[in-house]
Amino acid sequence: MTTEFAGSQHIIEIIYLIASVLFILSLKWMSAPKTARHGVWAGEIGMLLAIGGTLLHHGIVDYKWIFIALVIGSGIGVPLGLVHMTAVPQRTALSHAFGAFCVTLVGSAEFYLRTPDVPPFMMSVLCMEVILGSLTFTGSLMAAGKLQEVLPQRPITYKGQNIVNLGLLAIAIAAGVYLVLHPGTKQLFPVMVIIPLFFGVFMIMPIGGADMPTVISLLNSYAGLSAAAMGFVVQSKLLIIAGALDGSSGFILSVIMCKAMNRSFTNVMFGAFGQVQASAAAGKEERTVRSATAEEAAGILAAANRVVIVPGYGMAVAQAQHKVRELYDALTKRGVEVRFAIHPVAGRMPGHMNVLLAEADIPYDKLVEMDDINGDFPQTDVALVIGANDVTNPAARTEQSSPIFGMPILDVDKARTVMVIKRSMNPGFAGIDNPLYYLDHTLMLFGDAKAFVNSIVHELAGNSH
Amino acid sequence: MNTALIDGLFVFMLAGFIGFEVIKRVSPLLHTPLMSLTNALDAIAVVGAIVLVGEHKSNLSFVLGVLATIAATSNVVGGFLITDRMLKMFKSSRPTKP
Repeated sequence: MTTEFAGSQHIIEIIYLIASVLFILSLKWMSAPKTARHGVWAGEIGMLLAIGGTLLHHGIVDYKWIFIALVIGSGIGVPLGLVHMTAVPQRTALSHAFGAFCVTLVGSAEFYLRTPDVPPFMMSVLCMEVILGSLTFTGSLMAAGKLQEVLPQRPITYKGQNIVNLGLLAIAIAAGVYLVLHPGTKQLFPVMVIIPLFFGVFMIMPIGGADMPTVISLLNSYAGLSAAAMGFVVQSKLLIIAGALDGSSGFILSVIMCKAMNRSFTNVMFGAFGQVQASAAAGKEERTVRSATAEEAAGILAAANRVVIVPGYGMAVAQAQHKVRELYDALTKRGVEVRFAIHPVAGRMPGHMNVLLAEADIPYDKLVEMDDINGDFPQTDVALVIGANDVTNPAARTEQSSPIFGMPILDVDKARTVMVIKRSMNPGFAGIDNPLYYLDHTLMLFGDAKAFVNSIVHELAGNSH
Repeated sequence: MNTALIDGLFVFMLAGFIGFEVIKRVSPLLHTPLMSLTNALDAIAVVGAIVLVGEHKSNLSFVLGVLATIAATSNVVGGFLITDRMLKMFKSSRPTKP
């Protein structure tokens, strides 16, 4: 019997090794849209192998509840996998919360099973697992709530907020350090779970909607790191690998997002962007803008050779992507070259705009990154901005006093004609005035993005008869 | 015990570097599906949870394990499902219709 156990233990390890290879290949295949679906399959096979292998584990006596839990989990997972594409950011935040929830629970269970017999290194990793896990859990729930708009998207700030937050984190870490030194102090453990739960909530409170791409990436990174820490605790190399991959992915995305906003991590986490800017926007004088009707806009678009469409969060809110696709079709049929300029932080999560436009069947080779398209704006006849604001604000290039000075933007102002679809002249979320709207070659198209694009499409159809 | 932890650190370090190199190459076009995919892979934490349930060492660890298994499984299933749905939508430009 014993040799059989040892044998099955080896088989499990080999299966985990194969699963690790498949996980790495899975991410490797994500590099290009052509191979990306292979990546999902590799990940799925790896996951099935790993779960199957785990069931061979010799210590397992209770299979009934494993299957019940797997079935319930799948029952929750399927609807979460079938959400509408516009709900992807909040779904992603929610799944970070679930991942962190799992890690925190396993960490807690392991603590109570093993204490007081826990060596210092193991206890430090376990504390890291639990602290990161529980703050990511509530932090991600908060982020999901803000994205779903059940919570206010505006930053909520008060005096001394950062001190309170850092104080809470310090208490949790201090509890962790004490547990490492005195692993038998059971009563301290709940402190280490509950305090970071509050920290997670307070951490996200001052963060506004526009910072969500960075915050989601950061939470992704935390979720990965906490899972890797759990890998140390339960001694699973496969989990360490998966956690490290997820952690580095989240980290890279956070860095890209921060660069795209010209801000640092600390600034995103403690800056409370929207709030600080309120005064900066106060002293603006009345300037005139030129507006145009759908008919005029359609005429200009039809006469153009090259059009670049700049989508933003406003397009997602108005669910205008399918109408944009109709516009793309109508213009392409007339021989107009239409491309889309994608700013890295457009929308509420990394790559948000690409998914929405792909959903509307716009070919991905027409979606161009900021650095690749910026040089083409001077040769562009019309830049059509749909629901994007700050990412097109030329003040980021020129006005040192502007709060977004230094942020890389899409140079739409260099196009021959700029058209901006916008509800009204109200400044955007961050309250920063956009000089783009007052340029001589800018036409404001006032109205709901979906409705306005629809009328342009109608005008174009009418013209062709 | 100690060597296992050191081994773990080596694995973590190497996997971190591999992750960095591999993910750097992912097209920004696919950043959203990338995030949902890594999230699904991360839910491999389910193996730790399954062991807790199966071993049933204490009632507390069992209950926590069941909840953890449910949470992680929903991430596995939901994560792969939505990633595949997203990737299916990415199509290259076809010849324009007459």
